[in-house]
Amino acid sequence: MAGRELQKSLTGEGLACRRGERLVFQGVAFALAPGGALLLGGPNGSGKTSLLRLMAGLAPPEYGAIAWDGVAIAEDLAAHRARLHYIGHQEAVKLALTAEENLAFWTQMRGAADAIETALRRIRLDARATWPVRYLSAGERKRLGLARLLASPAALWLLDEPTTSLDAESTEILLAAIAEHRRAGGCVAVATHASLPLPGAQHLSLTGHTTWRQA
Amino acid sequence: MSGFAALLTRDLRLAFRQGGDVANVVAFFALAVILFPFGVGPDPDLLARIAAGVLWVTALLAALLSLERLFDADFQDGSLEALSLMPVPLEIQVLAKCAAHWLTTGLPLTIIAPLLALVLHFDAAGYPALIAALLLGTPVLSLIGAIGAALTLGARRAGVLLSLLVLPLYIPVLIFGVAASEAAALGLESRPHLLLLAALLAGSLALAPWATAAALRQALE
Amino acid sequence: MQRFANPARFMRLSAALLPWCAVAAAALIAIGLYGALFIAPPDYQQGEAVKIMYVHVPSAWLASLVYAVMAVASAVALIWRHPLAHIAAESAAPIGAGFTFVCLVSGSLWGEPMWGTWWVWDARLTSVLVLFFLYLGFIALANAFDDRTRGSRAAAILAIVGVVNLPIIKFSVDWWNTLHQKASVFRMGGPTIAVSMLWPLLVMAAGFLFLFAVLLMLRMRTALLQAKLRALRFGT
Repeated sequence: MAGRELQKSLTGEGLACRRGERLVFQGVAFALAPGGALLLGGPNGSGKTSLLRLMAGLAPPEYGAIAWDGVAIAEDLAAHRARLHYIGHQEAVKLALTAEENLAFWTQMRGAADAIETALRRIRLDARATWPVRYLSAGERKRLGLARLLASPAALWLLDEPTTSLDAESTEILLAAIAEHRRAGGCVAVATHASLPLPGAQHLSLTGHTTWRQA
Repeated sequence: MSGFAALLTRDLRLAFRQGGDVANVVAFFALAVILFPFGVGPDPDLLARIAAGVLWVTALLAALLSLERLFDADFQDGSLEALSLMPVPLEIQVLAKCAAHWLTTGLPLTIIAPLLALVLHFDAAGYPALIAALLLGTPVLSLIGAIGAALTLGARRAGVLLSLLVLPLYIPVLIFGVAASEAAALGLESRPHLLLLAALLAGSLALAPWATAAALRQALE
Repeated sequence: MQRFANPARFMRLSAALLPWCAVAAAALIAIGLYGALFIAPPDYQQGEAVKIMYVHVPSAWLASLVYAVMAVASAVALIWRHPLAHIAAESAAPIGAGFTFVCLVSGSLWGEPMWGTWWVWDARLTSVLVLFFLYLGFIALANAFDDRTRGSRAAAILAIVGVVNLPIIKFSVDWWNTLHQKASVFRMGGPTIAVSMLWPLLVMAAGFLFLFAVLLMLRMRTALLQAKLRALRFGT
């Protein structure tokens, strides 16, 4: 399924997002080509997470539309969900289950084949695969959350602050995984404070699009 | 393994490992029922007369207790957001969670109820109908309760609000459940009431997941 | 539909309509009450106590009608995502709760001389009581979140879920043997009530309807002004 969806682009035009009664940003546009990377920057509250959530189809934009391969994602949200990985702020792991069980659950939900052991090995959690997650450190839990990217394929990766709590070695592994994904024709959008060295990435700063007036 | 089965086994596994939940519900049910003989006096005829009602009302309240946690844990740790982005339709996932809730709440209540009915001098002729009615009615409690749980995710005073929303919607189940349970004791047919309960079950199986999924989606926006 | 979606247009439209609706409401209720109290005959069985009907029945009709309006507004709000529809539903809710309360209290006052009891748990009374709790639940849910729009949307879903109660209210007196009397006005064969009693009833109902319109418009205008204030203060 991921193979068919590679080599396609994600575009957005005239996007505005409302959180509560506040218009967080407006007039935002982007074009993410196959193999491309989009870095979303801006201070807290500027709407980086909101834009990623719009891309994931979690909420409809106040104005504007997002399209995949020219077709609006709103027309077939189920297909859109099947083609993306969204890794948000929280790791979405259950403390009472083992690392292995957590990852197996997510791959089963995606209906993908088991690539669990390989994924755990790549993010260096294979030694602790049978530990309940409550005994893992914050960095290890974050890695487990990111392991979903490696365990089942998807054409579009949406990552929200993926490097928080990660040490240097884990960050390298993540960057290598992203590079491999891009080489295969997938695309990735990352919201981050840190300066991630992604070669050839576009930068989109949301500060200028904000209409929220400072007191 | 299908998405429904994966989610169901995950929830059951979590309930089993985190322990306590099933025991809490059953303990509350038992204690609340046992309070009635102390409250209204030990007269067997009086207790037998109110037995069906007492069992159903306390079963309802016990089911209500555990509803708050149906979606809350997943909402807090980001799992609900991730689940909503899975290819498996959210409505099917809701059914899986309701099934897990019923297996850890409604089913234990149904099993314990006959024992507690003894304490209340419930008419022996009414046992089959009581069990049948609980088997049909408790899943409806889980399904309708899921709507309330989804609507109150993240609200202030979510527990009290959940009760306010869900209890009015529980009234039909209560009415028919008690009527079915009492029918045998009164020398009446319980079949019509059981059929109505079955209809409620069919209706809520069709409609509740849809409403719950809509409520979950707007909670995640 | 879209013509009325713009708040500024709504403000102008409601400003124009309000005085007329208020006059109509006052006039119709006055005429209805006069007709009910002085012209309509006392019931051959119940005597003067039947006059409570002229308040009880119209408030019952409005209780269900307002809920239907609330549910439709909620559906519009969820489908087309327009804030004015949310404001309409949330403004209607307390008015509907008020009518339901009047219905329940007037019914209770009527039940005492007529049935010898202040309350009975039959299908009609129970389902109207459930309606009252649905209104309260809607209001509570809409105000239960720090994020106001989240509350509005959750309440909208609740309103739609509760619609199943409306047919139960209407047909409960037919489906079950209830103490409450069966329909005398809105039934398949036409009204069975005497004309001299029917016209004050319909006039009162029309008066209540205009009263609802007036109260709804007033509450919506207030809500829109409050939203405008918030926008000016906190920036949108």
